[in-house]
Amino acid sequence: MKVLVPIKRVIDYNVKVRVKADSSNVDLTNVKMSINPFCEIAVEEAVRLKEAGTATEVIAVSIGDKKCQEQLRTALALGADRAIQIDTEENLDSLNVAKLLQKVVEEEQPQLVILGKQSIDSDNNQTGQMLAALTGLPQGTFASEVKVEGDKVNVTREIDGGLQTVALNLPAIVTTDLRLNEPRYAKLPDIMKAKRKPLDVKSAADFGIDLSPRANLLKVTPPAERQAGIVVETVDELVEKLKNEAKVIS
Amino acid sequence: MSILVYAEHDNNTLKAETLKTVAAAQAMGGDIHILVAGHNCQAVADAAAKVNGVSQVLVADNAAYEHQLAENVSLLVTELAGDYEHIVATALTTGKNFMPRVAALLDVAQVSDIIGVESADTFVRPIYAGNAIATVQSLDSKKVITVRATGFDAVATDGSAEIVALDKATDAGTSSHVSDELTVSERPDLGAASVVISGGRGMQNGDNFKMLEGIADKLGAAIGASRAAVDAGFVPNDMQVGQTGKIVAPDLYIAVGISGAIQHLAGMKDSKVIVAINKDPEAPIFQVADYGIVADLFDTLPELESKL
Repeated sequence: MKVLVPIKRVIDYNVKVRVKADSSNVDLTNVKMSINPFCEIAVEEAVRLKEAGTATEVIAVSIGDKKCQEQLRTALALGADRAIQIDTEENLDSLNVAKLLQKVVEEEQPQLVILGKQSIDSDNNQTGQMLAALTGLPQGTFASEVKVEGDKVNVTREIDGGLQTVALNLPAIVTTDLRLNEPRYAKLPDIMKAKRKPLDVKSAADFGIDLSPRANLLKVTPPAERQAGIVVETVDELVEKLKNEAKVIS
Repeated sequence: MSILVYAEHDNNTLKAETLKTVAAAQAMGGDIHILVAGHNCQAVADAAAKVNGVSQVLVADNAAYEHQLAENVSLLVTELAGDYEHIVATALTTGKNFMPRVAALLDVAQVSDIIGVESADTFVRPIYAGNAIATVQSLDSKKVITVRATGFDAVATDGSAEIVALDKATDAGTSSHVSDELTVSERPDLGAASVVISGGRGMQNGDNFKMLEGIADKLGAAIGASRAAVDAGFVPNDMQVGQTGKIVAPDLYIAVGISGAIQHLAGMKDSKVIVAINKDPEAPIFQVADYGIVADLFDTLPELESKL
């Protein structure tokens, strides 16, 4: 069984985000970039399926300029077998990303596509579901457990108030939540080996899809700052303040 | 111009967040209909009919919608979409799950997690875990939108909308429900509680979360956790407050042993009053807290419980 793992290059989760002075967007110049953490979990899950003998091949795909090859190499070092870069200079919205991925799914015919549930830059939480709709496949979003059994996959999902398990006919789309697994660190020999694994480059323009944007980003501003309050010395003082000053308890 | 609001519910109760989503819909402007998709969900339809500002409640009561599987619900909403300019759902697990499917089936983009409405086509939403706020204008003729409920005030519930039963049964046949494993709790839901007390890595283990229960009982509070506490395996993920978990905005938020990573702040910084208990005076949580105590939580919690 083939597993396709779409991944995204995003700002490293440890970097403090700064908004540009002209409010046009977030400033990403000379900022450390990494593989989106949820995408890393997706790669790990696919590699574990291969190690368990369930998957036969893991293909990583990323959409972006040449720089996203770095993140594809990371995926290869983690255990993916080959990679595809869909080259574009544009910052595409989720629907257009999903349309490109739909073409890759048609070409590669994977039994399972595993994606991160959201990227930590645009925080949209859309691409996996949109890909599922466009391909007509069932989806298991926010997965904390993935079990392939015959021609079905059972996905346990993180929902409000607990967990839900759904059974999906294969092929299917899965998006990862935090607790699905803890990604490994790539070892040096694996990083070296990853450099020799195949990485195909395709041009987004060659797919014949209208990739024009569906929204205008009018402005980006920093969030409202919350003012720090006071430090109280005792629990008595805290209870008194909450009762009489803030009036939030009685 | 009409707006379709998807009711978030469990076949028995209409979630309070839907009242806030309706408030967001009102700001977009238009005739508002609520869709209740479920099975044996008449009680939800009755509750939805009372929501102010709603003119019609559409009820799709069918076994295909019992668990609100994304494959089935998205087909239903897409079928209904022709009559509406805005399709709006709450950014909770159901809405987050099926709405992007609807958007893709309609060949439009989705604007996720809005916290403000500037006009019928322009919306405000947090990006980068709430570290930046974007204003976006949708260029699509149909707007598919999910609403972060904490950004809006609930509408009242003294209305009386007409209830219309829909005869629909869109079953994609590609997925099925296996089981639910829901946390049984006497306490209020995290998203709806007026008081929330959360523990972080400083709690040291899952057992110590019991120390929060006495205080939660006295305050009628829900219990939450930071991502660090979830990652460390102390508590399940459905307790997580933060950008990757639940977004809450209660009247009182008590952060215990939580350092205040940006990730966590994004999930609770709109709370009215924030209290921080942490032994590290440099912890960033103190920069957003209205009241802080620099102390060992294992001393402070029992004392706080006894004095409430």
